[in-house]
Amino acid sequence: MAALTRSSKPPGQDLRAIQRAFATGIMRPLTAERGMQPKWTNGESTRKAAAAFIKPNDRLSSFDRLEIYNKQYWFRLLDCLYEDFPGLRSLLGDARFHDLSVAYLMKYPSNSYTLRDLGNRLEKFLMKEPRWMAPHHKLARDLVRLEWAHIVAFDGEESPPLEMDALLDGGDPAKLRLHLQPHLTFLACDYPVDDFILAVRRRQEPQGGASNAVAERGPRRAAKKLKLPRPEKICVAVHRHDHSVWYKRLEPEAYLVLSALRKGLTLQAACERAFRRRKADANFGATLQNWFAQWAALGWFCRAE
Amino acid sequence: MPANRFNNFNNYGIGIGLRVPHYQHILSRKPTVDWFEIISENFMVDGGRPLKVLDQILEQYRVVQHGVAMYLGSTDGLDRTHLRKLKRLVRRTNTPWVSDHLCWGSVDGRYTHDLLPLPYTFAAAAHVAQRIREVRDYLEVPILVENVSSYAEFHASEMTEWEFLSEVVEKADAGILLDVNNIYVSSQNHNFNPYDYLNHIPHDRVGQIHIAGHSKFEKYILDTHDHPVLDPVWKMYAHATKRTGATATLLEWDDRIPSFDEVHREALKAAKFCTPAEGGFAADGDASPKNNDVRGASLSPA
Repeated sequence: MAALTRSSKPPGQDLRAIQRAFATGIMRPLTAERGMQPKWTNGESTRKAAAAFIKPNDRLSSFDRLEIYNKQYWFRLLDCLYEDFPGLRSLLGDARFHDLSVAYLMKYPSNSYTLRDLGNRLEKFLMKEPRWMAPHHKLARDLVRLEWAHIVAFDGEESPPLEMDALLDGGDPAKLRLHLQPHLTFLACDYPVDDFILAVRRRQEPQGGASNAVAERGPRRAAKKLKLPRPEKICVAVHRHDHSVWYKRLEPEAYLVLSALRKGLTLQAACERAFRRRKADANFGATLQNWFAQWAALGWFCRAE
Repeated sequence: MPANRFNNFNNYGIGIGLRVPHYQHILSRKPTVDWFEIISENFMVDGGRPLKVLDQILEQYRVVQHGVAMYLGSTDGLDRTHLRKLKRLVRRTNTPWVSDHLCWGSVDGRYTHDLLPLPYTFAAAAHVAQRIREVRDYLEVPILVENVSSYAEFHASEMTEWEFLSEVVEKADAGILLDVNNIYVSSQNHNFNPYDYLNHIPHDRVGQIHIAGHSKFEKYILDTHDHPVLDPVWKMYAHATKRTGATATLLEWDDRIPSFDEVHREALKAAKFCTPAEGGFAADGDASPKNNDVRGASLSPA
């Protein structure tokens, strides 16, 4: 290799400054025509801003070259949200889900090395800016919770499960605290969103594997509209069994018990919550015992870390 | 050279990327493949199906890890969570080397999820080299650095891309994952002769080669990994392997993925183009025994 010589560069051309300028350019939303915005963050021309640090070539201006990355950024991240939240997308329709996704990513840009976590603050965003869910606030909230729970259940941590016998080896129920698998989520919903999402997923096209290759196409084609569910209060556990994600409907008292255990209440305190609601049911003790046996068989209980 | 300290003295032959649409075919039919490359981040999870599939693959095949999110050129501190999970995966797969890209992708804690080009400056080279050394010390496996395809160049650059790559790997004492398709794509986008690139890198540091397809547009070429390898790239591959020797080669096909057999057939074409003086891959395109249980069969230095 020929000997190389160092040269002094103008101030502001250091690596971090270049990366900040580049990231600023590519993380700004595209125009309606899917191009880069003509104005930079300071109101100056984006052409001028791009030309300050990116070389043009004989075919592309500095603006054009930065725009390639700007487009790829949005195509890649929007594609990921489309894939992770098909139910919410189906509810809101493509245009509104697109606008919501852009607003979300502007407020909460990715803070994780993995795209798996891209939607981890979508519920928080929607709670702070509920206008994005109008007029389906409750249904949209239920959907985003269930769809994030699905992601957690798919590849969340699993500890060695406890058998039923081992559960009660812990001793006094007034002091015993049972631990639940980290990949489990319990939800109380105002709509039967489990059925809705299953219907949406059945209609989805199969997706390819993840890669670092550039997405040549733009965001994918329009989602098919499904009939919206009617209000119906349900409780559901989103869990993983035999490496597949399942939605299991729970009776309200079962949800109470499991939610209480998740919060760290003792076995006795958790069960008392349910007993208070089923005072008139003489057989409720047996029902409860049966639930615990089912949950243990599903591997939901585990030792504390 | 083919088996060297940068690939832990392994010549793995011709492999393909492990991708979701092929899982069922691979697990049920157990096709003969020299090795699979996995995208590390897809398996740096805490549980579930991805790890189950990986364990099944590991029972039958040799696996090498290729990352897309280490961002060796970023100016943020190294992501310790990422590294911890990566090391856990390294122990699981027993990968002989780990590769990632000569790029950056995050700044001020914000991730772009893209492989962004670096300005080719001495300061950037020193910065990246230091990070590679830190990563290698932590992971305790050789690190190969892959050249990325790019669509932009910087005024700040002080050298060519191949000079920058050479500077980085010499300073870090690291290996190279030579992506021949990326060189071609960048050469078309930045008007340089790709053979200058191939001729002027330290060939003894090349531990692995990538080949892939790309897409041509009116004013630039995109690295799309959704086509068979194009003729100019095969010619460059032939030229590269004359310099490096027969080196572990991997076909990337990541979008519009065809059948497993079609992808594998495309990858095996590499044997035809790999004709170094000291001999290429075996005539059937396989440098390792034809045996599904290859993982424990041919791990000794070639």
